[in-house]
Amino acid sequence: MAIVFRTIWVIAYRELVRFVADRPRMFSSFSMPLIFLLIFGAGFGRLIGQMMPGVDYIQFMYPGILAMTVLMTSIMSGISIVWDREFGFLKEVLVSPLSRSGVLAGKAIGAAIIAMVQGAIMLVLAPIVNVPITLGKVLALLPLLLILSLSLSGLGLLIGARMRSQQGFQIVMQLVIFPMMFLSGIFFPVSGVATWLEVLSKLNPVTYGIDAIRQVFLGTEVAGVTVFGHTMGIVDSAIVVAMVGAVLLTAAIWVFNRQE
Amino acid sequence: MDVIEASNIVKRFGELEAVKGVSFSVKAGEIFGLLGPNGAGKTTTINILCTLLKPTDGQARVNGHDVIKERSQVRQSIGLVFQEPALDDYLTAEQNLRFHGYAYGVPRNVLEPRLKELLEMMELWDRRKGKISTYSGGMKRRLEIARGLLHHPRVLFLDEPTLGLDPQTRRRIWDYIHDLRKRENLAIFMTTHYMDEAENCDRIAIMDYGRTVALDTVEKLKDGVGGDVISIKTEDNEEAVRLLEGQYKFKPSIENGIISFTVSHGEEFLPKFVSGFPIRLISIGLRRPTLEDVFLKLTGRNIREQEVDSMQKLKNMAKMRGH
Repeated sequence: MAIVFRTIWVIAYRELVRFVADRPRMFSSFSMPLIFLLIFGAGFGRLIGQMMPGVDYIQFMYPGILAMTVLMTSIMSGISIVWDREFGFLKEVLVSPLSRSGVLAGKAIGAAIIAMVQGAIMLVLAPIVNVPITLGKVLALLPLLLILSLSLSGLGLLIGARMRSQQGFQIVMQLVIFPMMFLSGIFFPVSGVATWLEVLSKLNPVTYGIDAIRQVFLGTEVAGVTVFGHTMGIVDSAIVVAMVGAVLLTAAIWVFNRQE
Repeated sequence: MDVIEASNIVKRFGELEAVKGVSFSVKAGEIFGLLGPNGAGKTTTINILCTLLKPTDGQARVNGHDVIKERSQVRQSIGLVFQEPALDDYLTAEQNLRFHGYAYGVPRNVLEPRLKELLEMMELWDRRKGKISTYSGGMKRRLEIARGLLHHPRVLFLDEPTLGLDPQTRRRIWDYIHDLRKRENLAIFMTTHYMDEAENCDRIAIMDYGRTVALDTVEKLKDGVGGDVISIKTEDNEEAVRLLEGQYKFKPSIENGIISFTVSHGEEFLPKFVSGFPIRLISIGLRRPTLEDVFLKLTGRNIREQEVDSMQKLKNMAKMRGH
């Protein structure tokens, strides 16, 4: 068991050192949510805002952008495995006495720490875009972001566990991640859209993560996903995300361990 | 004590039998070489000993630990340098080594002096803060050797340690390897397809098509060829071959218009041969056998020809895939 913990910290440590060393990646992981926040907020804000009377669009969208930052970084933990495999470093890890299950857990935790830092930077930006934020909200958000990040790392790692090329990962990104992002209620409320879209949204774990975060900001009036007549509270949604994440991470570890 | 004991290792990949029952043992402090053409099963064998692959059949122990049942003990007692670099390009040399140290649980008070000692030995201390992406191929290989030694392994595995390096760098890497053996008393297990490099090994196993066809010291293998190699060029090579086979009872081989055969006590044989041979000689030479001759004698093929063969195979495969 001691070896599993050592593995987790060694791998997470390396993810962090690497993240700091790789400036372009650091920059790009911050820039995309910022660009979305600016363009959607300033551009569409007024237009879309008219469809949802009573809610400022930027206030609606900000929690989604926060979740998206976490989503992007977490999924990237998967590409780091593909990267390691492509450039040979994975062999160094596989031939060491480190535990293979621990390797994946370490990558997920490393990604979660980075995602938390990025989330924190987004929180600092909140007052600038006119989203009120309090210490209470921050304290409620951090565990949510952590759970969301670990779960989505599980997804990224599952995709990357056996993949051999980064191009392959990018394709899966586009086929899985972007639909997941757009069907999660980042940009529009899940309720009140076409039925098939609503069903897909409710199957999407990201929806619950975003909804929980949104509830912290806006309360249950605007947010709250209704599943079989039950409106999901913050804790309900967090449990859904955590459970899906546990399944994804277990699957990723299983797939990763099976390789010779 | 034997640090590696392999008995009857077999590895199948579906239909393909890459290793067909290989056995050998390696002593502490020995440089042991696995020599053979590309595709002979050398890397597969090394991967089995390093626990990266499970053997289909047979057993192997490294430093007394079973490679299937006691993987982590085996991993802890070996260092490994792969054919392809396995470094993190984004980290510095030092960071790469530290990662390795943490991964192998090297205590901190041991790690720092050891790291300095190895980087100095490999002449990389001044560049320790440089990112790997700025390193040359030779520097990377040296860093990987340093990394492989960081946790005081009992065996260092080197898979084609000088592949793709220029002759000068190759020679330097060999100097380090000899130096290492003296300092650390560790066994070095290496693969190579360079005949001249294999001469550096204490003992060599020659591999061909997944089997070991010979295993001995370099000198004994060369003696096995049967004396000295005589190579001649004549005005009528066909007739000369016929004569050598019939009258002289040699087993000549012909390559690029030059006939070669082996005799014992070549120096004494030569004057007699020159005065007695009926066909006009254009040139004649005598040399000690090389490992190349050993390979030729054992397999009936030249190791270099085979490389051309495998290159051709690769090209054909590429064509079939429509490239």
